[in-house]
Amino acid sequence: MDRRTELHRRERRRYVIGYGGSLLLTLTVFFIAHRYGTETPGVYLTIGLLGLAQLVVQLVYFLHIDRRRSSREDLDLILFSTLVLLIIIGGTVWILGNLAIRMHMGVM
Amino acid sequence: MRRAPRHSYPGINLGEDHASADKFSEVVTFGFWVFLMSDLVYFGLMFAIYITMIDAQAGGPGPHELFDLKSIFAQTLILLTSSLTVGLAMLALKYNLPRPRIVLWFAVTLVLGLSFLVLEIRDFMNMAAQGGIPQRSGFLSAFYGLVPLHGLHVAAGCLWLIVLGIQLRVMGLTDLVMSRVVRLALFWHFLDLIWIGIITIVYFGGLTYG
Amino acid sequence: MMSSDSGFFGRLSWEAFPVAGLIQNPSANEIIANAAAGIVIIGAMVVVGLLTWFRLWGPLWRDWLTSVDHKKIGIMYIVFAIVMLARGVLEGVVMRAQQAAGPGDGFLEAEHFAELFSTHGTIMVFFVAVPFVFGVANYVIPLMIGARDVAFPRLNQIGLGLTVSAGMMLMVSLVVGRFSTGGWTAYPPYTGAAFNPGVGPDYWIWAIVVSGIGTSLTGINFAVTLYKMRAPGMTFMRLPMYCWTIICSSILIIFAMPPLGVAALLLAADRYLDFHFFTNDLGGNMMNYANLFWLFGHPEVYLLVLPAYGIYSEVFATFSAKRLYGYNSLVIATMSIAVLSFTVWLHHFFTMGQSALINAVFGIATMLIAIPTGVKVYDWMATLYRGRIRFSVPMLYSLAFLMLFVIGGLSGVVLANPTVDYQVHNTLFLVAHFHNALLPGVLFGLLAAYNYWFPKAFGFRLDEFWGRVSVFCWTIGFLLTFMPLYFVGLMGMPRRSFSYSDPSFHPFMIVAIIGALVITCGLFSVLIQLWVSIRDREKTRVPVGDPWDGRTLEWSIPSPPPPYNFAVIPQVTDRDDFAAAKAQGVAYPTPDAYEDIEMPRNTGIGFVLCVLSGIWMFALVWWIWWLAALMTVLIILSIIIWTFDTSTELVIPAEEVRKEHEAWLDLVHSATAVDRDHEAAPENRGLARPDMEAVT
Repeated sequence: MDRRTELHRRERRRYVIGYGGSLLLTLTVFFIAHRYGTETPGVYLTIGLLGLAQLVVQLVYFLHIDRRRSSREDLDLILFSTLVLLIIIGGTVWILGNLAIRMHMGVM
Repeated sequence: MRRAPRHSYPGINLGEDHASADKFSEVVTFGFWVFLMSDLVYFGLMFAIYITMIDAQAGGPGPHELFDLKSIFAQTLILLTSSLTVGLAMLALKYNLPRPRIVLWFAVTLVLGLSFLVLEIRDFMNMAAQGGIPQRSGFLSAFYGLVPLHGLHVAAGCLWLIVLGIQLRVMGLTDLVMSRVVRLALFWHFLDLIWIGIITIVYFGGLTYG
Repeated sequence: MMSSDSGFFGRLSWEAFPVAGLIQNPSANEIIANAAAGIVIIGAMVVVGLLTWFRLWGPLWRDWLTSVDHKKIGIMYIVFAIVMLARGVLEGVVMRAQQAAGPGDGFLEAEHFAELFSTHGTIMVFFVAVPFVFGVANYVIPLMIGARDVAFPRLNQIGLGLTVSAGMMLMVSLVVGRFSTGGWTAYPPYTGAAFNPGVGPDYWIWAIVVSGIGTSLTGINFAVTLYKMRAPGMTFMRLPMYCWTIICSSILIIFAMPPLGVAALLLAADRYLDFHFFTNDLGGNMMNYANLFWLFGHPEVYLLVLPAYGIYSEVFATFSAKRLYGYNSLVIATMSIAVLSFTVWLHHFFTMGQSALINAVFGIATMLIAIPTGVKVYDWMATLYRGRIRFSVPMLYSLAFLMLFVIGGLSGVVLANPTVDYQVHNTLFLVAHFHNALLPGVLFGLLAAYNYWFPKAFGFRLDEFWGRVSVFCWTIGFLLTFMPLYFVGLMGMPRRSFSYSDPSFHPFMIVAIIGALVITCGLFSVLIQLWVSIRDREKTRVPVGDPWDGRTLEWSIPSPPPPYNFAVIPQVTDRDDFAAAKAQGVAYPTPDAYEDIEMPRNTGIGFVLCVLSGIWMFALVWWIWWLAALMTVLIILSIIIWTFDTSTELVIPAEEVRKEHEAWLDLVHSATAVDRDHEAAPENRGLARPDMEAVT
């Protein structure tokens, strides 16, 4: 019974850490946007990186994705999905961005 | 030495106290992960379309006129908190806490989910009042193709919560119900991940590049 | 573009029925349209009549429509695919006839011709190839990996239901209204509301969306089945080659169906809600559609052809009595093709106007696919080398594939070069190329699978003579129909043209119609083969279950298999486990003990969703909003109610299993084994006498 309480506490702590981390990152993002405006690419890069960091925090602390065990079907799945997403999003933006430039459709 | 909890499979699960439910959920949970990844591609494509259409404003209102960062901030906090509460609901189930605790976390999650939706719909109505309707431009079509899609998922999650709440009462803590709660938690966390993409790409990206 | 004044039946009116057109304007065009509608109606009435006459509604409902047995679902998929194949082939013949009629306008109206190529393409890809592939995979996969069913049997039934209801929409479009004229790719703005406000594109959209959902569910199901349901000892590198191809195919489905769903739904948003994704004005960009569609379209080609590769691998190994050559390289090649197929979609629109660099990148990526495919071809030939080859029907299909598919593949490499593609883009050269890949590639594989696994499914072999006739007709018919198209394509004849003026095309078109008629003979000989085989089934029964000296687990059980497939789940120790067991003389073991078997209970959810989604689609197409809303609510409600059903398992007692299994084992021990020289003879009861070096 004792061990279970211990486990429960540990798992709950994990959620609370994830929540705290995400909250901190969110507040930082909105603070930066508020303080420095959203016009410059430099600020956007920072916001993007913080967003990426929050994705990782939530994956680890909420979805329990980590590299602790050798057989990680869900991690494999996520990595493969990421690869496919990068190909199709990157490809789409590349192709249609290039088309927009060549067709003078805008100032992309 | 801390011993990591033993699971029959990695990731979110019910743990050793519910060995039979866990065995049962293993296959279903994996299948649900696969479904989520397929769903992720839907969102990924809508993001790609949004990025390619960010300039297609056709003289209509753009991000600077339409986006209300305060409301987005509130929505973000609400969704993030609901992600915590749905996790706590699952933990309450996993460690056999008394039923009112489980129901409490369910109810809090539901309220948070619904208030997220209310805020989002209010945002859309404000946008529409300023001429920001999907029929106005390619950019707005892409916006309304993506953000309400996420909202629709949240609404489906809320419906799922209600149905599961009823099943918890009618069917009790069976293996089936417990494994469904695990999947609901996965789904809810997944929606939070998508939301991070939406604030980063749709809102901040729109404000920077739109 | 919703109209607010749509009444109780939306925009559905008397004019929507083809008979109205016939009365107003009797012409060859209208007669053909009405004949097609008549065939659908009469066909449906005959089926209903026969079912009533033979009092088969009860058995149909109990044994088939509510069944969650993967074997029955597989058979239903294949029946559906063959019905649709018949329609697709006939449409192809009508199109060939139109062009064979010579320069000028032929006998069809342009609109009707456009509908024909749109339905032909849509049907052949989504309602013949996909369900046929799924049918075979459904039947075979659990048997090959030693499982009692797929991972999610009820989801499997739902997938079938959605695919069938979407296919029915195409049948309905023959009788009520008109189908899309935008081709199977449905490019806007041609399918946009401004250019085509009719119901045609809407039929296409909803059929694609609903069948796409069914396909995705089935893909998830297969992937999870192969990941989680394998028998003990069945490691990934012991999986039969066919299972590997289905894994890759499922991965392609999981990641490539969403782009199609997005493309179709955004097109729907444009058409129904006046959005501007693909319109000409207000910032819409129709090239976004082309991009989305081919993000799906290219992986789609491979999700169809990879399972066919798997079938050929099994057939070559079995009918050469050899272990498959180069298993590891085949696995790697299959995986490479699956991943590469996500990186080449742009080659479908080289001429869009993007930079030469992008074209070069995608052109090279496309050519790279030829490498793993070439590896496969060499592996198959090496499997044949010094094998104990029997020229059975599946083997003949596979050999025809080997020779013809290489031509199709090479013409694909030619097209992968953007500079060449600029010349032949949208010509009949392209049509020849993809038919060359899909007919000898996919369809021959599926027909080989049909001949190969039929005895497993029904307990008797198919007729050899009519099988050979069908191979002959399909092969010759294919060559006559599509080889001329390569030439006229190079001469510059555009695809999808209902008329042409250059008389030098005409002789090629005459050859092509002759070919199309030979293909029709091929289709009919498949049906005759089935009829003859059922008539003579007593002479070809193979109850022991192994008529071809098979190598994989599905041959180690009775034909037809019991509902639970395996009386005792096998322990796998080898790749080609059954062949190894036969070589060591330990096949057909007597189990030590039997256990109660839990099987999923029948459910009607798939059928309910099939009907509801069918009405839902029809209501959306015809703007009957109240009905669409009602169906949406009913669909959600029926799913919710279904989740409350907890009595989903049925227990088959161990005693019953023991009795059935021991009866079959007695049959095995009393049967005479036949060698490979007598494979086609009546004494082949399904017990093989290995007469070669069996496992090397």
